[in-house]
Amino acid sequence: MNGPVSLNRRSVLAGGGALIVSFSLRGAFAQDQSAPPAPKPPGSLAQTPFLDSWLRIDADGAITAFTGKAELGQGFKTAFQQIAAEELDVPFESVNVVTADTSRTANEGYTSGSNSMKNSGTAVQNAAAQVRELLVAQAARRLDLPVEALKTGGGAVIAPDGRRLGYGELVAGEMFHVQAQPKSRLKDPATYQVMGRPVPRVDIPAKVTGGAAYIQDMRLSGMVHARVVRPPGYGAELIGYDAAAIEKMPGVVRIVRDGNFLAVVAGKEYQAVKAMVALAAAAKWRETARLPKQDDLPGVLTGLPSEDTTIYQQSDPSAVVAALTIEATFTRPYQAHGSIGPSCAVAQWLDDRMTVWSHTQGVYPDRAGIAEMLRVPPASVRLIHVEGSGCYGHNGADDAAADAALIARALPGVPVRLQWMREQEHAWEPFGPAMVTRLKASLDGDGAISDWNFEVWSNTHSMRPGGAGAMLAAQHIAQPFAPPAPKPLPLPDGGGDRNAIPIYKFPNAKVVHHFIPAMPLRISALRALGAYHNVFSAESFMDELAAAAGADPVEFRLKHLDDRRGRDAIEKAAQAFGWRKGQKAPPGRGYGFAFARYKNHAAYCAIASEVEVNRQTGRARLIRAVAAVDSGQVVNPDGLVNQIEGAILQSMSWTLYESVTFDDTRITSIDWQTYPILRFDAVPEKVDVHIINRPGQPFLGSGETGQGPAAASIANAIASATGKRLRDLPLTRKRIKDAIDA
Amino acid sequence: MMTLKVNGQDHQVDADPDTPLLYVLRDDLKLNAAKFGCGLGQCGSCTVIVDGKAVLSCVTPLLLLEGKKVTTLEGLGSIEAPAPIQRAFIEEQAAQCGYCIAGMMMRAQALLQRNPKPTDEQIRAELEINLCRCGTHMRILRAVHRAGRLMQTADASPAKGSIQEGSIQGSMP
Repeated sequence: MNGPVSLNRRSVLAGGGALIVSFSLRGAFAQDQSAPPAPKPPGSLAQTPFLDSWLRIDADGAITAFTGKAELGQGFKTAFQQIAAEELDVPFESVNVVTADTSRTANEGYTSGSNSMKNSGTAVQNAAAQVRELLVAQAARRLDLPVEALKTGGGAVIAPDGRRLGYGELVAGEMFHVQAQPKSRLKDPATYQVMGRPVPRVDIPAKVTGGAAYIQDMRLSGMVHARVVRPPGYGAELIGYDAAAIEKMPGVVRIVRDGNFLAVVAGKEYQAVKAMVALAAAAKWRETARLPKQDDLPGVLTGLPSEDTTIYQQSDPSAVVAALTIEATFTRPYQAHGSIGPSCAVAQWLDDRMTVWSHTQGVYPDRAGIAEMLRVPPASVRLIHVEGSGCYGHNGADDAAADAALIARALPGVPVRLQWMREQEHAWEPFGPAMVTRLKASLDGDGAISDWNFEVWSNTHSMRPGGAGAMLAAQHIAQPFAPPAPKPLPLPDGGGDRNAIPIYKFPNAKVVHHFIPAMPLRISALRALGAYHNVFSAESFMDELAAAAGADPVEFRLKHLDDRRGRDAIEKAAQAFGWRKGQKAPPGRGYGFAFARYKNHAAYCAIASEVEVNRQTGRARLIRAVAAVDSGQVVNPDGLVNQIEGAILQSMSWTLYESVTFDDTRITSIDWQTYPILRFDAVPEKVDVHIINRPGQPFLGSGETGQGPAAASIANAIASATGKRLRDLPLTRKRIKDAIDA
Repeated sequence: MMTLKVNGQDHQVDADPDTPLLYVLRDDLKLNAAKFGCGLGQCGSCTVIVDGKAVLSCVTPLLLLEGKKVTTLEGLGSIEAPAPIQRAFIEEQAAQCGYCIAGMMMRAQALLQRNPKPTDEQIRAELEINLCRCGTHMRILRAVHRAGRLMQTADASPAKGSIQEGSIQGSMP
């Protein structure tokens, strides 16, 4: 599929453009013809190689770029538009971006793992560069000039004598229905006009003026409103309910029941809410007490059967015998995505075809799951991504999409809008998994780490759809689909073991992943997956070791790190923070430092922080944070800064406040009172983000890189302020106070 | 049928008197800005202004609004002619997902209307009830300060569309 030149009959017949394709490619890529396994084109072009899957230019010059990734509030759509405009050599405003839609865009799986820029951004960058070359070659033929004589600009190819041929004029037939080449002639970063600049986000004006910006704002003609009545807890069975009174309530259109799936539909939204409340009160459930003891969660987790794998081993018997060995155990509770807007979907069943609008992270996997649940072919289901509230991973989006589809099938032709209530989002979203890590390390006589042992116990970090069984509605219907068997996510990305392998250089090291298949609580991907807890653990422990060695934390990290870009990030953060060896923070305050390279192959991030601890109350407050980030070639510096600022504040909230609570039967953290998060009184005075730009280097993504370093930096600052090391997340006021008083 | 004054216009609303204002705004009047976040008065994403005060529309029933003036984000300005606070949020790029932002802006607007020069502490105290999950707080604070300055300038008319690169905060070597 990835031959260096692909000319099918249709494109040859389509005319001049296609002929030029063969001309332009033969010279440039002749050397590839002899190499039997042709190298794949970069990014998602490897899976979706045709250029017209990524870019379209109409006869009137209108330019559309397509991506299978979704805008989740991370600013991806703007960055993507910058990349397309840059490599096509057109103004930013002249590109329109179409995002994830199973009828229009490539299958790029999930928008996750900080991979959008790396996969999709790289694909459109190369596709745009190759399209531009095709256009130049076409113009060269028309003008009877050599390609080298031509320039591009403002959406046209320009001859030395000033003659211009607009891109729209040059497009012929299926000119771009050719496979991408492995290599593109990308622009020199020094000449960038659009990339590398803080272009304002395209979505913000509508969002701050009340424009229709979210799936929650969709209003289709004849649309009705639905609400689900979820079971009170996992595994609860619906015994029955008295429908008569509810069916008579104003506006009620239908009660939809299928096994343990229960929903109500009404003409107006608040009528649906009132009917849902009445139906929930009327429904009788049989519940089972099957949740673990929250107080002993680490014991529960490490006591469950696990599949144990040594994922990394480094051994150097010549390393000096240990002078000092220390051990520590770190824990993380279940934590919620906690989207501010509860999940929402719109679905319509029309002429045996289902259309679902969803804020899912994966339109294709979602389509597969919904088709399986409805027992129809995938081709009869269309999934269209529409932006929702920020998700930070696998929240209730896919479940809401399945709910809406199931309800819509009961009402043929009628568009159904389904929105979860706050309590449903909090109780039923798949949480970020609880984790336990045990670390043990030795220092040699020179205060260097001679031996490092890292063990992590964790569930998988993805129970995303693909099959129907991943969705609540499919689990709850009378003929249910079982949740799929969990699998550990493969390295080098990893799941529970993401960032468990040290980036530092240790002569002896061993990392064991204890993968726990049993899932006492419903879990899936939460921003950064296992990297949040693993980096919190490892970078806390690095500080413990530095203290044992009598070394400065920054100096101690640099001593063990060879990676040049990693060192640059650490040095930049330390310098910008004003970090000085041995310096004391003001009374009641502490300084902390942490560093990681996300997934050990994505963006670098180092964070220094200053935290104030009230010794009477135990309250910790982040006063200021300074971050340095290296995400490769920067596309939108302000977007990158925004992502890292957000990562620091969100991770601070996880780290200081958040844990899902439950009794033996039900989730009990069901709103913002029972699951408190960051509020403005705890917002830092200052957050500075410094970008280390790497012109021409691959995009490394940025969405998740800050989560782990922020947590460890804050934990280290608390230890510095109090002299006490806290290892159990979250680092609550009570835990800090107890540690101070101990 | 009840008359509800929203953004300077009278609307005849056919909804039960116990219906929270939020649902009337979104479902009956087809306004997008006020958002459902919790329905419990805990997050602030539904915030609108009623007679000059910030109000949680998800827990304010219609029957309490007879004769009162409701203002939503749509009533402050438009994408073509943004109000100072809208300009400020655009210029500071003070949003990630943006779902909470309309509520933040309305509470900040109410504050700025009674106190044009709030301190940082006063802004934080005022916004305490509003939750943001993306961690956009630093930008929100900057945007509220900027909005205060913009509202005070004699000519706060919008400089259409474009924003200056110099307005973007954060360090970019």
